[in-house]
Amino acid sequence: MSFFNIQALAYLDCGPINLQIEASEIIGLNGSSGSGKSRLLRSLADLDEHTGNVSLQSVDQHSTKAHIWRSKVALLSAETYWWLDTVDAHFKNYPIEQAAELGFVSDVSAWQVSRLSSGEKQRLGLLRLLENNPDVLLLDEPTANLDPENAQLFEDFVTNYIYKRSACAIWVSHDVEQLKRISQRQYKMQNGQLVSEVKGN
Amino acid sequence: MFIKLTTVDLSLAAILVVLLGVLSAYMKLGIAKQLYIAALRTTVQLLLIGLVLKNIFESTQPLFVLLICLVMISVAGWEILSRQKRKLKGWWGFGVSAGSLFVSSFSITVLCLFSVIQADPWYSPQYAIPLLGMLLGNTMTGIALGMDRLTQTAWQQRPVIEQRLMLGESADKAISDIRSEAMRAGMIPIINSMAAAGLVSLPGMMTGQILAGAEPVEAVKYQILIMFMISAGTGFGVISVLWLISKRLFDDRERLCFKRLLKQSGN
Repeated sequence: MSFFNIQALAYLDCGPINLQIEASEIIGLNGSSGSGKSRLLRSLADLDEHTGNVSLQSVDQHSTKAHIWRSKVALLSAETYWWLDTVDAHFKNYPIEQAAELGFVSDVSAWQVSRLSSGEKQRLGLLRLLENNPDVLLLDEPTANLDPENAQLFEDFVTNYIYKRSACAIWVSHDVEQLKRISQRQYKMQNGQLVSEVKGN
Repeated sequence: MFIKLTTVDLSLAAILVVLLGVLSAYMKLGIAKQLYIAALRTTVQLLLIGLVLKNIFESTQPLFVLLICLVMISVAGWEILSRQKRKLKGWWGFGVSAGSLFVSSFSITVLCLFSVIQADPWYSPQYAIPLLGMLLGNTMTGIALGMDRLTQTAWQQRPVIEQRLMLGESADKAISDIRSEAMRAGMIPIINSMAAAGLVSLPGMMTGQILAGAEPVEAVKYQILIMFMISAGTGFGVISVLWLISKRLFDDRERLCFKRLLKQSGN
């Protein structure tokens, strides 16, 4: 049994989708807008209704309480939301060192959230998500609003986390070169199905 | 001494309501139709109840009193529902609002009649019906406000709620801020009227009793009793409504379930 196992997953007009992901593995996923990539990630995090089986380390999604499942199978949506006044109010412990690794030169923890750019929100959104120490990361176009330098830092940071924790990830992006860089296997979402793109090396 | 109101007196007041409606239509605030319907209803309903109230108060049939109470609760429940921009679909909407009125207003009225007022018999309609009526009238407002605030805010803040779910928060936690905001919205009217009583406003029931010749201190005691009952009734009512609706807004996998809400036009 694989680390993260997706069996006959179907939602709306997509599926059935089967995918086995091993620990320390990153899966790259692209596909045209509206092809159901985000919906796939939402179904895996159990935020949308779906059929089929998803299991993490042989524990079935539906035998775990939904909020506990979501803290282990963590979704970073394309847009993150910040509902409290300051940045650090959204954290249990604001991780200064990790923030520096992601390219934050100044301390943004006391900032008003209205001051954050969308790129800053994406990076801080990742840090906030990682406080739960998730085993599966579902990343929905996480570097879409980042400049190349910060995108590089983001890639390094995520791959590092995945290897160190023996976690796994599904990384959705329109940047095929990026997916080749960071993932072992690439898929394309086409007509509601996963199509294997290139064999891993 | 009792100054009788003439038709002209009432017409003067009615003109003010009409003017308000005209102004609201001019400013496109969209409240004119509802306002006119409510004004018409208050006229017709009060005239009708004025004609039969004496007969009702003379009845000593417990079943008859109960029946009237149930009608009052149902109407109040229905009114709460029709003030909602988004209500729960099917029987849930009515069930939640009427159920919470029953739990809060009805049970508090019964408790008060039984243990505090102790009329003979305890269900004497001349105490039971006005008491329940005052309670329902006030808790109804609180519940309608709290309910509307909860469903509307949840609807508007869907992305925030889902973001909090993605971060592994339970459904209960993810909606907790919105729920306490709705609780505040529902409680503001009664907190206001308790804080202002005697300084800004002279509550109608108390004033009426004093004008009718009752001892002021006795009238005040009644008013305090009513105020406490109303705040307790509103508080328990709003809490139960918010709890039920916020449960109903999520499915068994703690996902937002807005398909259980129905948008109503004309609100």
